[in-house]
Amino acid sequence: MSVRVEVSGLERAAARTVPARFQVRFHGRGGQGVVTAAELLSVAAFIEGRFAQAFPTFGSERAGAPVAAFCRISDTEIRTRAPVAAPDALVVQDATLLHQVDLFSGFGPGGYLLINTEQSFDDLGLGELVAGFSRDHLATVAATRLAQEHLGRPVPNAALLGGLAALSAVVSLESVLTAIRERFSGRVAEGNAAAAAAAYRVVTDEQEEVAAHAASD
Amino acid sequence: MLRQIEGSKAVAAAVAACRPQVVCAYPITPQTHIVEAIGAMAKSGELTGCRFINVESEFAAMSVAIGASATGARAYTATASQGLLFMIEAVYNAAGLGLPVVMTLANRAIGAPINIWNDHSDAMAVRDSGWVQLFAESNQEATDLHVQAFRLAEELSLPVMVCMDGYVLTHCTERVDVPTQQQVDAFLPPYQPRQALDPADPVTIGAMVGPEAFTEVRYLAHAKQLQALARIRDVADEFGEAFGRRSGGLLRTYRAEDAEVVVVALGSILGTIKDAVDELRDRGARVGVVGITSFRPFPLDAVRDALSHAERVVVLEKALAVGVGGIVSANVRMALAGIQLHGYTVIAGLGGRPITKASLRGLLADAAADRLEPLTFLDMDWDVVNRELERMGASRESGPHAENILRDVRSVAAGPV
Repeated sequence: MSVRVEVSGLERAAARTVPARFQVRFHGRGGQGVVTAAELLSVAAFIEGRFAQAFPTFGSERAGAPVAAFCRISDTEIRTRAPVAAPDALVVQDATLLHQVDLFSGFGPGGYLLINTEQSFDDLGLGELVAGFSRDHLATVAATRLAQEHLGRPVPNAALLGGLAALSAVVSLESVLTAIRERFSGRVAEGNAAAAAAAYRVVTDEQEEVAAHAASD
Repeated sequence: MLRQIEGSKAVAAAVAACRPQVVCAYPITPQTHIVEAIGAMAKSGELTGCRFINVESEFAAMSVAIGASATGARAYTATASQGLLFMIEAVYNAAGLGLPVVMTLANRAIGAPINIWNDHSDAMAVRDSGWVQLFAESNQEATDLHVQAFRLAEELSLPVMVCMDGYVLTHCTERVDVPTQQQVDAFLPPYQPRQALDPADPVTIGAMVGPEAFTEVRYLAHAKQLQALARIRDVADEFGEAFGRRSGGLLRTYRAEDAEVVVVALGSILGTIKDAVDELRDRGARVGVVGITSFRPFPLDAVRDALSHAERVVVLEKALAVGVGGIVSANVRMALAGIQLHGYTVIAGLGGRPITKASLRGLLADAAADRLEPLTFLDMDWDVVNRELERMGASRESGPHAENILRDVRSVAAGPV
């Protein structure tokens, strides 16, 4: 699939309500493109004319080891270099981390939570945790499956960025796709872009269902 | 050109635009992305006229850079941490021989215990080697400092080390205005060596010098560093005019003019400190910042001017001189000789420990109220330290500190997640 970019980045940002400052923390495992996810999000924000900073935590740089990365997005220059302690959004690339690592440190109701899973929040044992959250700030998306379908590889990062764009609107899908195509080329770019667009649709549909539910209650 | 780019890649692009003729490197994290990117550019043909040499060690890296520079080639390398220590003899030689090598130091702690994360122990270990040492606050400044470094090094016939915080900057993707080839060509003339080895016109470089002249030759190294003070300032000004932004120079102040408490620091922590200072200013506290860019030569007069009106000076440093305390603060004290004020040394961020705005706010409040010890360790867990001291007292065979403390804090050896 291809998405034509018809408006400038600044116009895209202006067309949505975006917070002046937004901080995202990504959790995953080495090999899942956690650092790349934070970098791509920062590029998407840069395309929209904003300041952005992406950086990883560093530990054991082994495949499978827990990894975290951060992205700050702001209307003004970002000077701080401290890790993101209180994220506005949390992206969990690997649900097996949920009960191993303190993923939710500094994260509270009001934040956006996106998890790569085929299960529900209740199935994941997170029912209690998310009870205080606004339902339209919560989403799950089977990002690994979407990546396998569109890219042929189980790397969920690009799909999750599409999901995050749908959930939080902090960047537009078009900017995410542009960032992906700047970073990758050929089939890898198109596969990742397709996975991101598919996840965007999944989360948008989820959100519309939630809205419809809320309206009928 | 404005790009959203990893710090290492921005530096690599700037170094390539400086048209180095020899780049030699041995991989060590967190420096590796820089030379990988330069190597890729040399291989693809994007960087022409450059020999990229993979060497067998850091000692070889600096030795090859010395050899290349001595033949009149513009030479560059990069390293970090133990890699710098492994090349240290050659580091001193590059300076002693007056060879304008430029090196990036991606600042990292030194073992043991082994630690791959950021602090300034490596730069401080070679502070008196005769190299110019410039510390970058951001990736924009790290990028720009490399362009200035070649110009300074070659004008002064002195090697220049650009210090950028490992991981914090090298692995951070942010907005950088990457200098274009045209801009760099206009700013940096081709290298014209003061001395060069040439088979057609043989000379000796590196004579043995005995007691009859060693002091005089060493003094000239000092004199050149003092000359560098004015050139560092002027080159930064010229860079500002040519590129339209401020980078480099001797030091920069931030809200320091009327400040009672001034924090002095080097490198990327300055950004977080400025955010903390803004918050405290909003609450009426008179706090400010002095960021030292040129640590060698150390700008004694500029530091004295910037701090002489303060009542309290907090030197926050990412290295510990074991057995005495602060390193930067000892230099700051020299600048303030004869001036009575409260001076504090704060050791922070060792081995990659994050320095948070909340900790800085608390620190500045404590400094303003004179509640700080002369030597303070930010966010130190004293319980952990005291338990190990107790174990040492209780048993002659208490074992190695690092392993005992890791067991105590229940950490895996791999470090924080």
